[in-house]
Amino acid sequence: MPNKSPSTHYPAQVLHEKTESHTLSVLVDNEPGVLARVIGLFSGRGYNIDSLTVSEVSHEAHLSRITMVTKGTPMVIDQIKHQLERLVPVHVVDDLTIVAQEAGHEKPLERELALAKVVGKGDRRVEALRIAEAFRAHVVDASTEHFVFELTGRISKIEQFLVLMQPLGLVEVARTGVAAISRGKEGM
Amino acid sequence: MAKIMTGAEMVIKALADQGVKHIFGYPGGAVLPIYDELVQQDKVEHVLVRHEQGAVHAAEGYARSTGDVGVVLVTSGPGATNAVTGLTDALMDSIPVVCITGQVPTHLIGNDAFQECDTVGITRPCTKHNWLVKNIDDLARVMHEAFYVAKSGRPGPVVVDVPKDIQFASGTYVGPSNIAHKTYRPQMKGDQNAIRQAVELLAAAKRPLFYTGGGVINSGDTATKLLRELAGMAGVPVTSTLMGLGAFPASHEQWLGMLGMHGTYQANLAMHDCDVMVCIGARFDDRITGRIDAFSPDSTKIHIDIDPSSINKNVAVDLPIIGDVAYVLEDMIRVWRNLAPDIDKKAQAAWWKQIDTWRAKDCLKYKANVDIIMPQYAIQRIYELTRERDTYITTEVGQHQMWAAQFYHFDEPNRWMTSGGLGTMGYGLPAAVGVQVAHPDSLVIDIAGDASVLMTMQEMSTAVQHNLPIKIFILNNQYMGMVRQWQQLLHGNRLSHSYMESLPDFVKLAEAYGCVGLRAEKPAELDDAIMEMVKVDRPVLFDCRVASLANCYPMIPSGEAHNKMLLGDDVDDELDSAVGEKGKVLV
Repeated sequence: MPNKSPSTHYPAQVLHEKTESHTLSVLVDNEPGVLARVIGLFSGRGYNIDSLTVSEVSHEAHLSRITMVTKGTPMVIDQIKHQLERLVPVHVVDDLTIVAQEAGHEKPLERELALAKVVGKGDRRVEALRIAEAFRAHVVDASTEHFVFELTGRISKIEQFLVLMQPLGLVEVARTGVAAISRGKEGM
Repeated sequence: MAKIMTGAEMVIKALADQGVKHIFGYPGGAVLPIYDELVQQDKVEHVLVRHEQGAVHAAEGYARSTGDVGVVLVTSGPGATNAVTGLTDALMDSIPVVCITGQVPTHLIGNDAFQECDTVGITRPCTKHNWLVKNIDDLARVMHEAFYVAKSGRPGPVVVDVPKDIQFASGTYVGPSNIAHKTYRPQMKGDQNAIRQAVELLAAAKRPLFYTGGGVINSGDTATKLLRELAGMAGVPVTSTLMGLGAFPASHEQWLGMLGMHGTYQANLAMHDCDVMVCIGARFDDRITGRIDAFSPDSTKIHIDIDPSSINKNVAVDLPIIGDVAYVLEDMIRVWRNLAPDIDKKAQAAWWKQIDTWRAKDCLKYKANVDIIMPQYAIQRIYELTRERDTYITTEVGQHQMWAAQFYHFDEPNRWMTSGGLGTMGYGLPAAVGVQVAHPDSLVIDIAGDASVLMTMQEMSTAVQHNLPIKIFILNNQYMGMVRQWQQLLHGNRLSHSYMESLPDFVKLAEAYGCVGLRAEKPAELDDAIMEMVKVDRPVLFDCRVASLANCYPMIPSGEAHNKMLLGDDVDDELDSAVGEKGKVLV
């Protein structure tokens, strides 16, 4: 009798093609529980969230914009979009990565803000300030023993800045996650 | 017309305005104001269940057999959590259900108050949508929105959670008209170009096949008529999922039987070998596809579905058509007529010849026995003795369910109520209650298993109280048959806890509930006993003692493709030797 291992009545996992990172913009009614619906969908169906930001963007219409960066095979990314569209309070789901690619750009406009606390004295302190200036980070708080830097930019820039600050006394980081918008005159 | 009333009045008024005639429920502290209104009116009739899970399954049976929305009313806390299995079941099978739950007063929410639970949090992943109504002015709108969301697009269950203070508060009632939903507007009509392409593909096919599902039935009577029309025009063989049985008549010569894990040989082989597959309102579930990379390898796949998230979820399709089945089929028929295509008659004749050789395998045959009732035989007899009647069939989950799907043949939609997606043991008895409420003069039979039926047995009380003459036909093999079958096939025949020791005496149990108990132990006494069951105008528990160790075939074994089906003949001897001494005594 055929008895393939492992012994299960479920089909085996199909080996997937390569995963891609996509930035999605989701316009939703700003009502109680809407964020829970979105992230519950991701955890329930096993999708990844690499970054998530949310804020009300239209106070009169009570609309919030959720920007999320997610990873998956093209089939899974497509599923994610359709599953999001199925949620009742969701107005629009825009795949900014696809929008950018169709317009001939590599990526949509993506920005993140980071606050970094760097503690140190002497040379290390001077070096931290010098690097911060090179990255156009602002000093938003300081004492003789620390700085808090505010840095805005692409994710890669923030990552690089934090790597450089690590040996100079980086003790704490707060990041907003990615806010993104498509290039060109077309609105969402 | 706007009118001032209390929240509890609004709930009942909204139900009446939505045309609701029956609701299934169980009272409790947090819904007492609604129950107080319920008893003072006569538009909405309440059916008192014995457990909230039963209320939801009854509402599902009611909805599936009528095409209307099923309605449930339960209290907060345990009332809501008990409803969760039913809600999940309705979500998986796309059954429209509106479930109203009571909630503790708004000022106590989050305080761990008595019988409080986070109902919208718990039911968020098992409903199509849910609402917690914290403002009396939202209540009427939310109630109407709930019905709209439950029945529009791909149907599903919704929950409206109403705190007790909102039930007491006064506000303005608005009627169901003029409430347009701001975001949820499913696409009904299919893309015309895609439809034309689909017709061209179908017309050029040499080995076409329709793979239909529950979506055809959800789409309504028009959809089933159009399916029959298109299949007839194009001469295409038709198979269906478990949920779609009845949409295409089983007596039709183009019918291949159900497909999937326990589907017929001809249906599964046709799926594997077809060159154009039109999936209509089905979702390529893993019970259907088996091994994905070997699933129907040479076919061009067309997928008609109202839910875009069903497209390309499990199987990549070549031509998706988003839309309601009835709309899309109507357009396909029109395009087909205009095109008046020359189909390849020679190729199709060869296809039918091939199908006939598969049919000749007679894949559902089993070894008849004069001393012991074979479960397949029992269902064949029920079918023969009830087919001319106005009959509805519900099932539990397990071997009996698959045998019922194989041996009870449906020529009409909405006659077959079963838990397909979630596979909920205990579904059939309360579902039969719901069906009987909707069709008081029809014959409603729950084809049950001895293990499943005990999960919701308490609903016999509901049937007795409300004079619902449901017939619970138990194929009693004293095993959880399907669990045992998998243990035999997949786990070295180690029967771990799949034997139902100390079952109740079902005939005495029937008497204890105040209904009728019947028993058949020999094939010779079966027909008379079934006729007695049919004739009795009271609820019946029928203890049909069947062969203990019969297994359900054909079967696609784990991790295999459709063309690697196991037929009963291939395995019976081997299984016999695999069964231990204790098991053999029971045969």
